[in-house]
Parts: sequence; structure tokens; C-alpha cells
Amino acid sequence: MAFITANWNPLGEAFYRKTELYEMCWSLKDGLRDSLVAAAPYGGPIGITRTRTHVKKTHMSRCVSDFALSPPAAVLREPLRRSPSSRPQLEIFSSSGVSIASFPWKSGPVVQLGWTVSDELLCIQEDGSVLIYDLFGSFKRHFSMGQEVVQSQVLEAKVFHSPYGTGVAIVTGSAKFTLATNIDDLKLRRLPEVPGLQGKPSCWLVLSQDRQTKVLLANGPDLFILDNTSCTAVCPPGLSPQAGSIVHMSVSFSYKYLALFTDTGHLWTGTANLQKKLSDVETKRSTKPKQMVWCRRPQSQQPSVVLMWDRLLLVAGVCNDTIQFPIEDLCVLVGELDGVRIISSTNQELLQEVPLVCQDIFKIASMAPGALLLEAHREYEKSSQKADEYLREIKEQSMLGEAVRQCVEAAGHEYDPSTQKSLMRAASFGKCFLTDFSPDAFVTTCRELRVLNAVRDAAVGLPLTHTQFKQMTVQVLIDRLVYRQFYPLAIEVCRYLKIPDYQGVSRVLKHWASCKVQQKDLSDEAIARAVCVKVGDSPGVSYSHIAAKAYECGRPELAIKLLDSEARSGEQVPLLLKMKRSQLALSKAVESGDTDLVYTVVSYLKNEMNRGDFFMTLRNQPVALSLYRQFCKLQEQETLKDLYNQDDDHQELANYYVTASYREKRLESRLSLLQSAVDEYNKAKNEFAAKATEEEMRLLRFQRKLDDEKGAGLLGLSLQATMEALLALGLHKQAEQLYRDFRVPDKRYWWLKLKSLAEKEEWDELEKFAKSKKSPIGYLAFVEVCMKSNNKYEAKKYVSRVTPEQKVKAHLAIGDLEGAADAAIERRNESEMGAVLSRCAASDRLLIEKLNRAAAAKK
Amino acid sequence: MAYSARKDSPELPDFSLLKRLVRDQLIYLLEQLPGKKDLFIEADLMSPLDRIANVSTLKQHDVDKLYKVEHKAIVSTSDQLCFLIRPRIQTVKWICDVVNADKAVGKLRRYKIIFTPQKFYACEAVLEEQGIFGDVTTDEWAFYLLPLDEDIVSMELPEFFRDNFLAGDQRWVSTAGSALHLLHTLYGPFTKVYGIGRCSKMAYESWRELLEDSEQKPRQAEIGNVFLIDRDVDFVTPLCSQVVYEGLVDDIFRIKCGCVEFSPDVTSSDKSVKVMLNSQDKVFNEIRNEHFSNVFGFLSQKARNLQTAYDKRRGMDIKQMKAFVSDELKGLKQEHRLLSLHIGASESIMKKKTKQDFQELLKTEHSLLEGFDIRECISYIEEHINRQVSMIEGLRLLCLLSITENGLLPKDYRSLKAQYLQSYGVEHLLTFHNLKQLGLLVEQQPGETLTAMESKVGKLVNDKTAGKLTDAFSSLAKKSNFRALSRKLNLVPKSDEEYDLRVPRDMAYIFSGAYIPLSCKLIEQVLERNGWTGLEEVARLLNGHEFAVTGNSGADSKTKNDAQRIILVMFLGGCTFSEISALRFLGKEKGCKFIVVTTAITNSSRLMESLLGNTL
Repeated sequence: MAFITANWNPLGEAFYRKTELYEMCWSLKDGLRDSLVAAAPYGGPIGITRTRTHVKKTHMSRCVSDFALSPPAAVLREPLRRSPSSRPQLEIFSSSGVSIASFPWKSGPVVQLGWTVSDELLCIQEDGSVLIYDLFGSFKRHFSMGQEVVQSQVLEAKVFHSPYGTGVAIVTGSAKFTLATNIDDLKLRRLPEVPGLQGKPSCWLVLSQDRQTKVLLANGPDLFILDNTSCTAVCPPGLSPQAGSIVHMSVSFSYKYLALFTDTGHLWTGTANLQKKLSDVETKRSTKPKQMVWCRRPQSQQPSVVLMWDRLLLVAGVCNDTIQFPIEDLCVLVGELDGVRIISSTNQELLQEVPLVCQDIFKIASMAPGALLLEAHREYEKSSQKADEYLREIKEQSMLGEAVRQCVEAAGHEYDPSTQKSLMRAASFGKCFLTDFSPDAFVTTCRELRVLNAVRDAAVGLPLTHTQFKQMTVQVLIDRLVYRQFYPLAIEVCRYLKIPDYQGVSRVLKHWASCKVQQKDLSDEAIARAVCVKVGDSPGVSYSHIAAKAYECGRPELAIKLLDSEARSGEQVPLLLKMKRSQLALSKAVESGDTDLVYTVVSYLKNEMNRGDFFMTLRNQPVALSLYRQFCKLQEQETLKDLYNQDDDHQELANYYVTASYREKRLESRLSLLQSAVDEYNKAKNEFAAKATEEEMRLLRFQRKLDDEKGAGLLGLSLQATMEALLALGLHKQAEQLYRDFRVPDKRYWWLKLKSLAEKEEWDELEKFAKSKKSPIGYLAFVEVCMKSNNKYEAKKYVSRVTPEQKVKAHLAIGDLEGAADAAIERRNESEMGAVLSRCAASDRLLIEKLNRAAAAKK
Repeated sequence: MAYSARKDSPELPDFSLLKRLVRDQLIYLLEQLPGKKDLFIEADLMSPLDRIANVSTLKQHDVDKLYKVEHKAIVSTSDQLCFLIRPRIQTVKWICDVVNADKAVGKLRRYKIIFTPQKFYACEAVLEEQGIFGDVTTDEWAFYLLPLDEDIVSMELPEFFRDNFLAGDQRWVSTAGSALHLLHTLYGPFTKVYGIGRCSKMAYESWRELLEDSEQKPRQAEIGNVFLIDRDVDFVTPLCSQVVYEGLVDDIFRIKCGCVEFSPDVTSSDKSVKVMLNSQDKVFNEIRNEHFSNVFGFLSQKARNLQTAYDKRRGMDIKQMKAFVSDELKGLKQEHRLLSLHIGASESIMKKKTKQDFQELLKTEHSLLEGFDIRECISYIEEHINRQVSMIEGLRLLCLLSITENGLLPKDYRSLKAQYLQSYGVEHLLTFHNLKQLGLLVEQQPGETLTAMESKVGKLVNDKTAGKLTDAFSSLAKKSNFRALSRKLNLVPKSDEEYDLRVPRDMAYIFSGAYIPLSCKLIEQVLERNGWTGLEEVARLLNGHEFAVTGNSGADSKTKNDAQRIILVMFLGGCTFSEISALRFLGKEKGCKFIVVTTAITNSSRLMESLLGNTL
């Protein structure tokens, strides 16, 4: 700790340090020699494969330098025997060198390896096809960089990352560039030809600028920019023509800075848009470096370019200062957001500029508040009173808050847990003397450091710096842990960082379960149980999603078992349909109560099944059936009939015919439909309806006859209306006939006739009718009907025939108060007397007295 | 009696929020089709839409011309057409015809269909079938709830009743669930939810599911309790003639969306007048819940008061007169206008009701409710049918007879049906079929065997299947059990006591003291007992499906606030104004307030009309 600055090297005004990350767990027989290596940034995996020919070796090593953004590391390795028939091995390691996958490479020769942002390995072959493998070496899919490439062959390829995703660029034997900006949304772009270029350029790279992807290439001393439409010659400002031809180039992590290396050992750095020069460094080395990578960090004071030759690592700062590190073994440089990782066959180091805050604290004889605080705390631990002196000194400048902040921040940048601890302790100590200080930064940093230390462990192998972690976000970190199947750790992280279940634990569980169902060595039963126990009812985990995964893996039985745990039946339906469990799907849809879903299943079944089976299925599901019926009623009348037929639902079938008969204009078809209805009613044992329908048919025929004979316009009227119409037309005989034929109740007929005669004011006929026999409806009706036509004279004729109970009413109806009073008195009925009284006006004094007397007498 | 509310009765929540929400959403949807457009509106959406956004609002958002959907060829010349419709297959088919007609003549237009309150997959299937799915854009206007008054919210879905209870089509259940969810989000969290009926239960479950998927922010509840009730739990109440003023006005003039059109004979002028009937109308507010026999007395008292107020003018000096004109006159004039309208309406009601021997009709209804003189009632109904007094009313009386008597004797069943068919035509075979299916008009059966079998089967198999079986049985033969229920719940007060309608002592006053509405009595009992304990037998007689759930959210110590005394009653399948009046009375008695949410306002005529057979 005291020697924390021991590995610091000054570069201009800043310092660079190299921190060891891992002793590599792998044991590579030949080191990294003659291998294609791809290591992804953000502590990603490493992929390695041996190159087959010596020629490829050169561009392989270069390629590694160029993809700034890819995630984990892979290795394709050739067996010792160089026979052409033998197959190289493709190996995938974690950052710490733990083997993740290893398999013989069976496909064509590989030109380039690379990682996508989602940790998938891209293997670009000579023939232009690109194979995609996941982290565990299982093949995902492939695509091609174009048909013509098969002929011309890929000379060099680069994998790059931009806001659009992961891209691939190739240059072919015919010196043509093709690029795809996003391999997940593959659109190949053929770039224009470069004048004078034969074969491959001396060096090139992909730039992502202004939302455009371009290629920058050097052909000897000439520099060109290739975009979609044109090829432009460019000249970097301040690069003298004597500098020679450009043999290597490198762009920074953010695509903002560019470094060019010429065959005279001249290193030019500047902005990637070639507007501004940063520096010129003479390296005095004319051999081309194996790799050249930018080494910067956010708010970098002294950015630099790291160049690697066989035995030397040169850090060339833009201040023209340099640092040299000897190296013993061939290394691979991985550009990171805030430094460069140096992977050798034995260990892995992080080279970075020492963050300003760390400089402030640890620089020898620093008087920065943080440094003082650290010192104060150290003294305090030794129980020395000097602690107080230091503290006072900080407080006098009222810099204690700043001191705490510095310590917290520096702790974040330190890789060694004991350094982190001492800094955090110092911060915590300083915090005690502050009253109004938000502990948030302290607490967050503590938590995050703990998580980072956990994932940096060699077994996990994610050597993330705090800066990278912040850039990557905790969500992505969890995703990466999940992808590497570190489920328990991921869950611990979620819980520890108190991430809401929905985004945290549940998400992890979902992935875990999806992975679990693929375990072939476990029984369906065991897996289902394990999943249910773990997942339980965590919010946001959908069992149907897991089941879909199980089905994809060819385990339908497991899928069904898992679906049983899905609480929302609606969610189960789509998968069940996919699995052809239509019956089950239908009942689940019904259970869900979502009619749209039911209808979706019904219409699916309608197309899938034959009619008979379809109807049978519906029959067992009343809800679906009634829904389908509703639809048929409006859309497919014929289907409706078939549906009833199938069910032997004679009642509904008969109703259907009756309904249909009303839509029919022609009498014959109407009658035949009604006949069908009668048959069906009979089958349904609904004699009443059958008889009613038969009568209707009779009535229709009768109406037709009369319409033809007399033009009466009766068709379609009800029996009552028909009789009414007949009477109105004076066709009493025909009305009479209907009355007898249809056994119309006497009362109805009398009411009808009475009303009709009165309306036509045929008073003589009415009188005759009244006398024809004893009225079944009494005679009060006669009185009322006459009064309705205001014929008091006729009305009076019937008053005498009214039954005694209705006498009073009859008298009142014709306005004969005296008669009413007499009748009431005669019947000695109090309430009737009251009724009469209420109708009496004040002028009827005599009558009132008479009634009152009668009432009194009764009492 | 002009209710004086108890002083501590809680404040009702503000439902105008619902209007603002849907108005904003509609405007947003209209803006989705920028530029001038013609708007076609489904006929029965016209009035509800009018309550939300008037013509000028629509015009402000580039609506050029407004048309009613009439299922005919259109005349619009606009190149953008917007259809605001219910998710009905017929209407969608009509739109398909419109689009295809345009295609045939090579006319290019943009079409947008806004379904309200939601779209159904079946509608989209029709669009697809007719080959215009790609030509139209569709949207949903989540217009679930229309506040008609401060305590009435309507979903304006009259078809809910027929679709759900007759056709067994449950598509609207989730709509009801969504409506409940909306109320819960805005005015909840609810503490207790009670309910009875299959549909209620399903709506409740649908709501619970929505609730689980969404986050509820803790807030102060404005509505504490909820009661869900299916219309088929109580068919008796809506089948009775209404005699409370608001109900009567609805029965006679038909209140549409809280608005009634008084014909010239009411207004005693040469044109009809549209009047909004709600608590804003001071005169109406005082008589709406009154038994009709009190209305005249009240109105004349009111007229006298008004006269006195006018008379104040005499003997005023200029200054006082000025104050009078500016402060009071306008109010008085307004009151005057309303008063004369309601007097006119009352007179018109009197005329109509005495002509058809309203008293006789009521007497019959009361006898049916009490179960006395059934034979006389039957002959009254017979005469009613024979004389063709009214098709709908005849049907209503038949249903009331059947449901109170638990079915008709086979002989009566046949003869009454035969006579009805003679009067109104054989197509009513279909109507009778519908009524039978709903259990509204059935033949008495040796029914005990069915229940016996049911319980036997129920013991044999597990609960789930038993539930399904019971469903199947209950649809076969729904028994009304009215008589038993009436005894258990004391629905019919003893007839020998005088009932003073001016001082109602219970909810029976809304039916002249002859009957306490079953639905409201149930609500009262359940609220009183905090659940269904002690009402098991009643629930069984009502075919079960009762539930009482205490909400997990917000059941904290602070629940003794006003919200607990606000009870939201949701009628699935419609409710009548009489029921609302009864609940208002109950609220006053208990010092709480009821909010009625209904799929639609119904009455006996609407109920019967929705069940007519040949309506395709």
C-alpha cells in the first residue's frame, strides 16, 4: 500500500500504471502464436483458433487490435500436425482464461473472429459466410457477405460496433469493400471502388461518424475515405509527405481519435475527422507494430497510443513522451473505454492512465484534501494524535467534504480490495466530522465495489473497471451474468443492489428456467418441479414463456406441465394452439373470460378441423358455442343451420326456419319454410309451437285467398288484425269463418266486433249484435264503447242490461248521476256511493243530501 | 316530504372527471387523422357523444360534417371518413360496403374506424374477410362510463342485457371489468366488494386481473364499498309499473341519456322541448323520488311559493326592484319555466294513466306480488291481450305472472300464449322461446326432481364440474322462487296496514307500499350484515354466485372515513329509476350515499323489447 505508486510511470504530466488482473487459468501449448484471437471489451470472453497457414498470421494479430467494442474472448487453434486434413480447434475462454467451450472447427478456413455486443462469436470465413456461435459454442445461425465473395475470397475482415449494433466489413481479393452495419438486420452495402488499389490495402479500418459508417484505408502513402457513394482521397493535417507510407492505423474506442503509423516509424495522432493534428511522435522503429491501440479514459489528461512489437510495448503519449515496457511473450491488446488490457499466455494486465483523483491522493507528498484525509485516518488507526492535526488542516480549508468525495471516487478506481477498503474507511472516518453530508455516493460506491469485486473473481472472469461498469449499467451486467449462467450470483447482485423484482430477480429466474428446461438429463417431472419451486409466483415471470422454450426444445409434455402453473389462462392459449392442443386451448381461452381470445381460437379451429369435429368441439364449450352462434347469426346463416342440425337441436332449428320465413317475400317459399319449422317443432315435441305454426300457415293461405279475391291486403297480419281488417271491410262472413276455424275465444271476438261496429258507427248492427246472444263480456263494454263515440243515446240502450255490480259505473259513464246514485243506494254500497259523491258538483245539492242520508241510514 | 339529507351524509365524488378524460381521448383520436374529415356516428352513440363533446368541439378538431350511421349508401364528398361506432358486426359490414363501393368507382379516401368502448376480434375478422383490413385504420375509444347525474353513471350499453343473459355471449363482461377498474383507479381503492350473480362474479374477476397487472398508487379512497348485481337476480322489480315521478316520466316519455323530450301537449305550445333531467333542475330534484300521488300537491305548493316570491315586487322601491331583478328574477323565471313543464308532464301522465285504467293495472300487479286472486289476475291479463291494449305491456304482465307464481299451470300457459299469438302474430313464438330461456315465462314443472338430482350429482363430482353442471341446469330451468324470497326478506308489507305515501317508512313506497324491490332489499341486507352470513338460504334461492371480498389494499386504520359510507352499486344488465330512488331513500335512512353504475337505464318496456323474437 505504501508502494502504491511503485508501478506508476510518468508520461508527460500524467502517470500510467499497469495492474495485474489475472494469472490466466488456461494452459495454451503454444502461447498465442499462430492463433486468431478475439477478445471482447468490457471484460468479455476470448475466442482463439489456430491459423492454418503462416500468411494468415499477420492479419490475424492485427484484427485483434481493431475491434474496439466486442465483448467476451475465443481461440481457434490448429493441431500440431500441419496436415491440411486436420481440423483446428475453436476454443472459447472467459476473460480469466477459464475454458467455456472447445470444439473442432469443421467448416471452411476462418479469416477473422469477432464478438457481437450480445456476446456472440462471429466467425468470418474465406468464402464470405459468417457463422454465429453463442458463448457456449453452440451454432446459432449464419449469413453471407455476398455471393461474389465466394469467388474472390475474403482477404481481410473486421468486426466493428456502432450505435446500430455489431457490423462486419470485408475486403475481397478483387479489392472491393462490403459492409453490413448491423448483423441482426442484415443489409449488405457494396462500397465504391478505390482507384489504383490492387489486392488489399496496406491497412484499413471502419469509422462510425455522423451516423454514417465509412472505411478509412491507406494504399501506400495515400489515404482514402470510402462512404456509400464515393471514394475521397484525404490528407491528415500536418503529416509530412516524407513520413512514408502508412502501414498501420487505429481509431479510438469512441471513434473520435485516429492514429497512423508509417513505415518510417512516424506516429501521427489526430481527430478521426482529420481536421486536427494532436501530435507527431518519432518511434524510431521502422517495423510495423503487431498491434496499435488507443489508450484513453474519460477526461483523459494524457491520452496515448499503445504499440506492440515482438518484444516491446511502447506507450506514446500525445505529449511526445513515451514509456517502454519490455514484453517476453506475444500479447494481445484489447482496447477498453478507460485503458488497454494486455493478454498474454500467462497473465492479463490492465494498462491505464492513473485517474486524476488517484494521482491527487497517492502522489508522493500530495497535499490534496483526500490525501490528507487518508493520512489522518492512517494516523487515527495508529491512535496517533497526528490524526487530529491532519483533520484540522483539512477543516481549516473547509475541504473535508471534498476530501471525502475524493476518497470515495478514488476507491472506485482502485482494483485492489485492500486499497479500496482503506480509502473507504478514510472516507467513512471523514464523514463523521461532517454534519450535512449526503451519504448516497458513499453507500452506492460501497455496494458497487462489492459487486465489482465479486464479478472480477477469476471464476466469473469479468474484469470490469468502475468506469466501464457505470457505462455498461447494472442491467447489462446482470444480463451478462445470466448469459454466462451465473444465476445465483446474478440473483445475489439483484437482491444486494435492491433492483425491483420485475427487472431483477424475476428476469434472472426467467432465464434460468428457460435454460433449465433444456437440460436433457432430467425428467420432465423433475424439471417442472424444480422450476415451480424456484420461480414460485415471482412477479413478471411468465410460465407460458418458459413452456414455449420447453416446446422449442422438443419437450411438449414438459411444456404442458409448466403451462399448468401459469395463472393467467389467456397466456396459455397461443402456445397450446402452436402445440396443436386445440381443445385444451379452447377451454383455457374460455376460462380466461376473454371473448376475443375465445373467438381467435374458434376461428383457428374452424380452419384447422373438419366441420363435424369443429362442431363437436364447440358443443362441449357453451361459451364458445354461443359466441360462434352470435357471429353466425349475423354472418353465416347457413352455418347456423348446420350447427343446429349437428346438435339435433330441433327447437332452435325450428326457430331458425320461422325467422327465415320472415325474410322470405314469396308466399310459397315462406310456407315451405314454415312447414320445415312445423316438422322440427314436432321433432322437438313442442306441439304447441307446431300447432301455432300450422295455424299460421292456414292463416297465410286464407289471407292470400282473400287478397286475391278482394284485394284486402291481409298477408302477414296477425289473426286479430286480420279479423279487424275483415270487419272494417264489412266482410263479416269471412271474419265469422276465421272466428270459428281458429277457435277464437268468444270474448275476443265480441270485443273485436264491438269495437269495429262502434268505430264505423253502425249502431243498428251493434244493437242486433248485442241481442244475438248473451254477451260474454257483459254490457258495460257496450256502454263505454258508445260513449267513446260520444253517442249517449245509443249508450243508454245498454245501461239496463248491465249487471248490477257494474250498474253504477254504467250510469256514471253516461253521466247520469241520479241513476248512478239510485243504483248505488239500491245496492247499499258505500264505496260506490262515495264514487258517485266524488263526481257530484256543488250544484247537485239534492243528490248529495240523498246520498248522505242513504249512507247515514246504512250506518 | 322533500328529503332533508342527514347533516353528516358524505360528499359524492366528482364524476365530471370521467367526462374530461374521454373527451381528451376522443380529441386525441380525431387528431390522429389530420385534416378535414366527415364523422359518421352510430345512432345510439349520438346522445352519449353529445354529453361528452358538442358539435363545436368536434368542428374545432377538423370534423367537417356529421352523419348518423343509417346503413345506407353515403353522400359524403370528403376524402377522409371517420366512423365512430359500437363494435357491432352489422355496422362493420356496412363500412365494408362503403369502402368497397368507393373502390369500385376508383375513389380514394382514408378511413378510420373508432370502436367504442373497445374493438372485438370478430369485427376485425369481418374487415379481413371483406378484404379491407388494410384500407382502414382502427382505434379504440375507451368510453366506458357516462355520468348521467351526480349519482348515476351509465355504460350506455343496452345490448349488454340481451347479449349476456339471453345469447350467453360474455363479450361485455370484460368491458364491465374495465369500467370497474377505471372507477377503482380514479376513486378507489375499494375496501369491500360484494356481489351476486354469475356475470357479476366474472366482471369482478376480470377486474381483479386488470388490477394485478397494474400498479395502484396509494391514494385517499372516495368510494369504499362496491356491490355488483346481475339483472337476472331480480326480474320482478323492473317488470313492475313505476309510480315514482322519475320512473313514471321514463315509462311514459322515455328518458334518453338523462334527457327527455316533452311533446307539445306537455309544453302546451306548438313545439316539443328537450329537458335535461338531473339534480341541476331544482324542481325536478325535489320531486324525482316522490310517489306520483304527492307530486301534484308538491307542485302546487311550489307554484304558490313562486307566486309569493313574484309578489314581493309589489311595494318595492326602485332600488329594491333593481336588486330583485338582478338577483332573483332570473332564478325565479327559470324555476317558473321548469315548474310549468313538470306540471304539464304530470297532467299528461294523469290523462294517460286514468284512461287505461291505471288503477286496475296496479291492483293486478299488487295482487300478483302478494299472490292473491290469481285467477282474477289471469282474466285481467286475458282481457288485456284480447283487447290488444299494448303488445309490450301484455308480455310484461305475462312475465310478471309467471315469475311471481314460479311458472304458469300448463293449461294457462298454453291458452295465454295462444291468445297472445292471435293478437300479435305468430312471430312471437320466438319471443316466447326467448322468455322461456331466460326463465321469465315458463310452464310449472314438477320441478323438485331437478333440484334433487342436482344436489345428488353435486355431491358426487368435484366442485368445479358441479359448478358447470349447475350452470347447465339453471339455464335449463331457471326458477324464480319469488314467493319464498318474498317471505324470507319480507318484501311485501302486510296489506291491512295503511301506508302513508307522504311519509315513507321503507323502500316499499316506490311501489305504493306494496313491494320492496328485491334488488335494493338484498343490497340493504348484505351491507347491514357486512356479507352474506345469514343470507345463505336467500342466495341459494337466487341461484348462488354470491361473493364478498375485503380488498387487500387500503384496509388500514383510516377506513372509518367518509368513503366507507359511499357505496357503488353496479347493475349488470340495467337498472330502473325506481331502484335508484329506492337506493336514494335507503341512503338517507342509513346516512350513506349510493352511486349507481349501470350498463344502461332500463324499464319494463325496454326489457321486453330487448327480448322480442324476430329482431334480426
